[in-house]
Amino acid sequence: MREVAIIGVGDTKFGELWDMGFRDIGIAAGLAAVQDANLAAEEIDALYVGNMSAGRFIEQEHVAALIADYSGLARDNIPATRIEAAGASGGLALRQGYLAVASGMHDLVVVGGAEKMTDVGDTMAAEIQSSSTDQQWEVTFGATFPALHAMIARRHMHEYGTTREQLASVAVLNHLHGSMNPKAQFQRAIDLKTVLNAPPVAEPLGMFDCAPSSDGAAAVVLCAMEKAHNHTDKPIRILASAQASDTLALHARSSITSFQATKVAAQRAFKQARLEPKDIQVAEVHDNFTISELLAIEDLGFFPKGEGGKAVVDGQVGIGGRVAVNTSGGLKARGDPIGATGVAQVVEIVSQLRGTAGKRQVAGAKYGLAQNVGGTGATVVVTILGAT
Amino acid sequence: MSTARLWRENPSRYNLAASKCGVCGKVFFPPRNVCSTCHRKSIGKMEQLLLSGEGEVYSYSIVHDAPSQFEMLKPYVLAMVRMNEGVMLTSQLIDAYPKEVVIGMKVRTTLRKVGEDGPAGVIYYGYKFTPMTDGPPSP
Repeated sequence: MREVAIIGVGDTKFGELWDMGFRDIGIAAGLAAVQDANLAAEEIDALYVGNMSAGRFIEQEHVAALIADYSGLARDNIPATRIEAAGASGGLALRQGYLAVASGMHDLVVVGGAEKMTDVGDTMAAEIQSSSTDQQWEVTFGATFPALHAMIARRHMHEYGTTREQLASVAVLNHLHGSMNPKAQFQRAIDLKTVLNAPPVAEPLGMFDCAPSSDGAAAVVLCAMEKAHNHTDKPIRILASAQASDTLALHARSSITSFQATKVAAQRAFKQARLEPKDIQVAEVHDNFTISELLAIEDLGFFPKGEGGKAVVDGQVGIGGRVAVNTSGGLKARGDPIGATGVAQVVEIVSQLRGTAGKRQVAGAKYGLAQNVGGTGATVVVTILGAT
Repeated sequence: MSTARLWRENPSRYNLAASKCGVCGKVFFPPRNVCSTCHRKSIGKMEQLLLSGEGEVYSYSIVHDAPSQFEMLKPYVLAMVRMNEGVMLTSQLIDAYPKEVVIGMKVRTTLRKVGEDGPAGVIYYGYKFTPMTDGPPSP
């Protein structure tokens, strides 16, 4: 296996992008990444696109060929592949690109992630999102995506004494980070009262415990490390790429207060990178709900099981804390265009490791991690990056 | 949802048809052909089993933002219930005020209308949970 570097990144603003269609956002992110990498289109060997459900959101399948076409690459007949693993589609597309370069099959690969969610109404968007869980044995009986996470939260509160305020603090912190990110969907800081007084969605979770529906895209350019210096002085190393799966239905697990797939993917990733959780200064984790961030920072090994809530309240995951988590604003404030999310996480880590994250820069960040989750933890991808 | 799909799921939705690994004894719902612990050794040794329908609440949520299908029911209680056989099921908990629901509460399944395919479509049935009156909830 060869070493792989990220030599370019690009992304769109996340939010309700009424004036942009799926192909517009996909191309905008892809072209930005290719420009950032100083590439000529003919150098690109392959394209991977993370996307959860274009078929239901915009009634368009076959989106990898579509993106290749509109980016002008189809004329060169490059292989273009769409990857789907619900919320982990983006992270998994990155992993496929990584494997293609690491194996020696390709030298230069573009990985994109995109989702156009606001062309359907909120209720429909929620129903599409719930198809990442067990449609036959959960959703049919009244389970919604927020309700499944609410049951995780309830159980976490029951087993570890996690409080409603601790959950709410996750949203407050991520909105604070979002206020420093010009590409975030929500750029306004909020207080604890706003979260606690918001209308309930699925108790104990309310509106501000949930990531929004978003449009958006993100892209990165991968290159064999041995050739990266032909394109940039500051390649970012992919030190590890790991993936794990678990049962599709939450109720088929022995415990729901932990995502076993996160634990396993993290163990594999740390082993490959020869690092430990304490070595990581900056992490983007899959906070599609406030409880998800607590599970993530515990299962990744940053904090002991059950102490995630306390760590957030004590400021240990803020900028300047023990590990800066979701400096982009996370899914909560940066936005969550499903297929784009896993790629956008990596774009944020690259910015941090390059030292170009502006107001939200974590001083001296050397190692960063991204954790991308599909469904209620049935797919997890963990990526570890290092500055050179 | 297609009528054929509903029809083929009926044994589990009506009668709680599950399967049990003939090697290690682990119970699966809905039934599976392979045990996730014994893998190949379990092939051909999975036995059919009907769940007793009794269990206790493992976790729950009160759902306010409901899919269009359940709009008329909201707010409703959704629960994960650990059945006496060890396997867990997800469905609505009915016949109880949301405030009365606690983790550990003893419940049993009951056959109810679960949904319908739009105003003129097939009505389908399945299990929901109802509190067991004989026996106090455990803490």
